[in-house]
Amino acid sequence: MIHARGLVQTFHTKAGREKSEVRAVDGVDIDVAEGEVVGFLGPNGAGKTTTLRMLTTLLRPTAGTATVAGFDVVKQAEQVRRSIGYVSQSGSTGGTARAGEEVMDHGMLYGLTSAQAKERGHQLFEQLDLDGMWSRQPKSMSGGQRRRLDIAMGLIHDPTLVFLDEPTTGLDPQARANLWTHIADLRSRRGATVFLTTHYLDEADHLSDRIVVIDHGRIVASDTPDNLKAQVSGDLVDLEIAALEQVSAAAEKVATVVGDAADVEVDAHHVRARVQRAGVVIPGLLRELDQAGITLTSIEVRRPTLDDVFLTLTGRSLRDSA
Amino acid sequence: MTFLRESYIVFRRQMRMNLRNPAWVIIGMLQPVLYLFLFGPLLKPLAEQFGATNAYTFFVPGLLVQLGIFGAFFAGFTLIAEWRDGVIEAERVTPASRTALLVGRLMRDVLQLFVQALILVGLGYVVGMRAPVRGVVLGVALTLLLGAACAAASNALALSTKSEDVMAPVINMVMMPVLLLSGILLPMTIGPAWLVRSSDFMPTRWIVDAVRGAFGGSFATSSMAWGISWTLVLFAAALWWGTSTFRRENS
Repeated sequence: MIHARGLVQTFHTKAGREKSEVRAVDGVDIDVAEGEVVGFLGPNGAGKTTTLRMLTTLLRPTAGTATVAGFDVVKQAEQVRRSIGYVSQSGSTGGTARAGEEVMDHGMLYGLTSAQAKERGHQLFEQLDLDGMWSRQPKSMSGGQRRRLDIAMGLIHDPTLVFLDEPTTGLDPQARANLWTHIADLRSRRGATVFLTTHYLDEADHLSDRIVVIDHGRIVASDTPDNLKAQVSGDLVDLEIAALEQVSAAAEKVATVVGDAADVEVDAHHVRARVQRAGVVIPGLLRELDQAGITLTSIEVRRPTLDDVFLTLTGRSLRDSA
Repeated sequence: MTFLRESYIVFRRQMRMNLRNPAWVIIGMLQPVLYLFLFGPLLKPLAEQFGATNAYTFFVPGLLVQLGIFGAFFAGFTLIAEWRDGVIEAERVTPASRTALLVGRLMRDVLQLFVQALILVGLGYVVGMRAPVRGVVLGVALTLLLGAACAAASNALALSTKSEDVMAPVINMVMMPVLLLSGILLPMTIGPAWLVRSSDFMPTRWIVDAVRGAFGGSFATSSMAWGISWTLVLFAAALWWGTSTFRRENS
């Protein structure tokens, strides 16, 4: 569905008299197969949206090539536009227009007749839980409703490939969870290929078959969520020690389990380390700590998350950079 | 055919939104009326001094051109709001012609200008303007073309700057010399030679002269040729500029 090779986008910025060139996207290769749901993950400013805009013909690549739905994004832009649905980050409807009319007009710009657009629009409103919103003004709709309206706009011409740019940014948790079910429906109900950008790890984890991680305009990883997590060695074990003077003794015990004292992190009352198969190791470790007379306040074991993956890949936490 | 259909879809959407805001419509219609009734009477005693036999036959064409330029110049502000809502991007991701996205909006501006022009000319006749119908038709046609050019330029400027804060001073900077050097309110001929000379470089002065000539019934003049030429040149240039900003990938 998508084949991109060496995509580059450079912007020119001016700070005072200094002109500088920013490579927002710096040689990106992406392949997406039909029916796949791919999460495009990266911190703000990593080049997600810029890449997406090149794939959706809104931005001409500075270098590189891309075919989307079988058409070249530069030479066959019109055919690409016909085949894809794009749900942008910034919304797509006029605040004072009427929701239903916006969807219909949008469909008619794709060449649907007025009757077809109306019928399709009503179907989509029903499927996206927007019943009764047809003549509502988008500005008086809730954030979640407006995002669903944007999705209806993007689906009006029944595209086989749907691009979603940060679909849940700014929504409350309930609206997010609701939107996730609708995004999951895109494939399960219509068989669409979905390419979505996000800077939320749980979102990428929850929705995608495969995750492509971008950082500083370059792809740093592309794999299934499980395989990516498997790259992070072990579960994070976080021990909180009651007495400060016992912390170093506890760290030594943990080091014997991990094998290398350098991998043990000590932070005030906390001792942290990545442990392979923590479930098997911990009972023994706890016994040893107990025998040494070390009292724990708490113990926490965390399975690797995509945040850990991101940290491993880029040396930075996604939360810090987002 | 597709192009006309797409332009019409965009135009209809724009009209629908404008007509739902009656305050906007009323203000638009009121403008020419206020000019005519609050400024017209001031010109009446001056008319003879600059050689006009009928103050309104002189004044209405100027007002007409002013409406065309100034009303249209503000069209871009609506576009910035639309851009911020994501509407422009949503339209640009459809296969619709980029020119149609612009032309649909221009049609709205031209229609509004046309209605204003009809009101202005109609009231002009009421207060005593004398002008041949074919002259009025030509004058209004030139005004509409000029208005479309200004609206296209305003849209292009809006999409390039994407900020009201940048756009407002730019428009002011352009409007001041246009207003002062076009002889819209008073004829340039009553000014000193250097001022008349500098107004020769202002395309809109030729257009004002042409519209005024048409209302006065003199068609086969060199200033008419200049006025028509300038109108067509401005129209073509602005349409090209406007389309290229809608086409440009980073807008």
